[in-house]
Amino acid sequence: MKQRKKKLAVFKFASCDGCQLSLLDCEDELLAVAGAVDIAHFLEASSRIRRGPYDVTLVEGSVTTEHDALRIQKIREQSKILVTIGACATSGGIQALRNSRDIAEMVRVVYASPQYISTLDTSTAISDHVHVDYELRGCPVNKHQLLSVLTSLLHGQVPRVPSHPVCLDCKRSGVVCVSVVDGTPCLGPVTHTGCDALCPRYGRGCFGCYGPSDTPQVAAQALVLRRQGQSDAQIAAGYASFNVGMQPFAQEFAKGLAKDKR
Amino acid sequence: MPKTIKVDFLTRVEGEGALLIRFKGKRVDKVELNIYEPPRFFEALLLGKPCFEAPDVTARICGICPVAYQMSACHALEATWGVVLPDHLRQLRRLLYAGEWLESHLLHMFLLHAPDFLGYPDAMQMAQDHPEPVRAALRMKKAGNAIVNVLGGREIHPINVRVGGFYRLPTREALQALLPELKWTRETMLESLAWMRGFTFPDLVREQEHVALRHSHDYPFSEGRIVSTAGLDIDVATYEAHFEERHLPHSTALHAVLKQRGAYVCGPLPRLNLNADRLRPAAQQALAVSGLELPCFNPFRSILARGVEVVQAADEAIAIIEAYEPGVPNVPIVPQAGRGHGCTEAPRGILYHRYDISADGSIAGAKIVPPTSQNQGSIEDDLRALAPQLVDLPHADATRLAEQAVRNYDPCISCSTHFLKLNIEHAS
Repeated sequence: MKQRKKKLAVFKFASCDGCQLSLLDCEDELLAVAGAVDIAHFLEASSRIRRGPYDVTLVEGSVTTEHDALRIQKIREQSKILVTIGACATSGGIQALRNSRDIAEMVRVVYASPQYISTLDTSTAISDHVHVDYELRGCPVNKHQLLSVLTSLLHGQVPRVPSHPVCLDCKRSGVVCVSVVDGTPCLGPVTHTGCDALCPRYGRGCFGCYGPSDTPQVAAQALVLRRQGQSDAQIAAGYASFNVGMQPFAQEFAKGLAKDKR
Repeated sequence: MPKTIKVDFLTRVEGEGALLIRFKGKRVDKVELNIYEPPRFFEALLLGKPCFEAPDVTARICGICPVAYQMSACHALEATWGVVLPDHLRQLRRLLYAGEWLESHLLHMFLLHAPDFLGYPDAMQMAQDHPEPVRAALRMKKAGNAIVNVLGGREIHPINVRVGGFYRLPTREALQALLPELKWTRETMLESLAWMRGFTFPDLVREQEHVALRHSHDYPFSEGRIVSTAGLDIDVATYEAHFEERHLPHSTALHAVLKQRGAYVCGPLPRLNLNADRLRPAAQQALAVSGLELPCFNPFRSILARGVEVVQAADEAIAIIEAYEPGVPNVPIVPQAGRGHGCTEAPRGILYHRYDISADGSIAGAKIVPPTSQNQGSIEDDLRALAPQLVDLPHADATRLAEQAVRNYDPCISCSTHFLKLNIEHAS
């Protein structure tokens, strides 16, 4: 008996489009994926739009408007398995920097007529609103991880995504440590794997695209950064990027803000 | 005859928006391009950040053209202090940009736009009847992505770009490995253009002002003056004296216009119209194959202009790689107080950045004008001009044609952090 193809949906919230683009960047696999699943809702790729329910739903982006806070509830109801893809969806993204600022002032900086802009005070992760079955980190996601998670789910298996720090990837693949050798500030010891230690391979310190790893030792990390000459404010500012909405990065960033105010 | 054309979810565009066209008899009563993409306030997020973070932060405005944001940010900051990069770094930046043009143009031409001309909902369906062009497109796109991957570290949000150059330069061998596929792309695109020139192009000619960069001898990527088909010829630093972002009545959109003359167009067709004499010989040949007659003011033919630019980008990438000798990876820069402007040619058109830098090197002010907010006025004017053709079509066909007219611009709604909703009412 021929099995029904599983229905795949892709939804976008506040984001840059890059994580769903990762799917279209799978040049070698795209047509195979399109043949293996029923792409029922993927606005960036197709004008064919079908209603749910969906077997697997990928969600990109963070929740920043009242409308979107309602929309994610409806999408959840329509989805058997919901996977968030990328830093915006899993942590609120870089736009979560607004969470510690005066949003009215930010609107005024960008728009001449602020009264037209309707937005929430915060940018939040999808999991702050609905149950999320699996999360894929990264700004952007790693397309090979995305394919592997999709493949597992379509075969009814539990996806396995490692959560050790980037630091370990460097050690495993023999990448010279930029922190020890060059004294370059590097978030590798506290950052979630997924990029295969990309920045250290290019002689650059990790800047935390994949968010906090399992049990990140931010206090020990602060000691190292201080020894490299970073001020407390600089250490805090280092967390003020794509995963600033996720603990303990949020808390480390907030410490810097609190010190600024004193 | 349609009374209303309503598209709740514009598809095969980057980002999300909706479209409404209302007719009164044969006349258009209302055109509404409703961009409901939520704002992310990048210009405000940048305030207080160390200025060297601008390339990595602004890249996150757009996952399709992050290199464009990185290049405009780097050029704006370097201009603040009068820094000029040595030639080998300038060439590598052009190579990186060529990679982004390739992947972005090929994505749009084959996966997003071509299905309109052939009547398919997407490239996957199109591939069932036309497998060869789709497979070739994916292979060519991969050649572009490979450049960004090797030189930038990854295709989306590359990590190797910094103010002053790069973190680490690639080896000659790593770049030379890209050559066979780039050469294949240069050849194959000629076949694609020969195929695409046979598409049926709706008749729509609007002689709107076309704006692009123009460089003293190269086809423009990141340098040059801003010129137009109406005789504009200005230094990038004076952009804000000539262009402004306006709030229209009943609108929450910031709409970039020429202060003197209103709406204008940027992107592949304007670049080609204003820089055909700067094309490399291989791209001149591609232009001949495409059948485009310049100047061309039919936006539906922009797909051909993208094809010519694919050959230009591939050919330039090949030349840069063949001549490449590694040197220093970057020039050291100590930031000081100042103001800098940068304008580069994103795949969709000119992308303007301006930064004000404090004495401690932090960002005190930022202004970013993405190509799609510049093209928005023209997209709506096109829809209005297209109306006489739309009213005589069956509803489904009229809707498809209107959507296709929007796609001519390869609009990137995620980029356009500014515009939310546009509402134009016409007095009846």
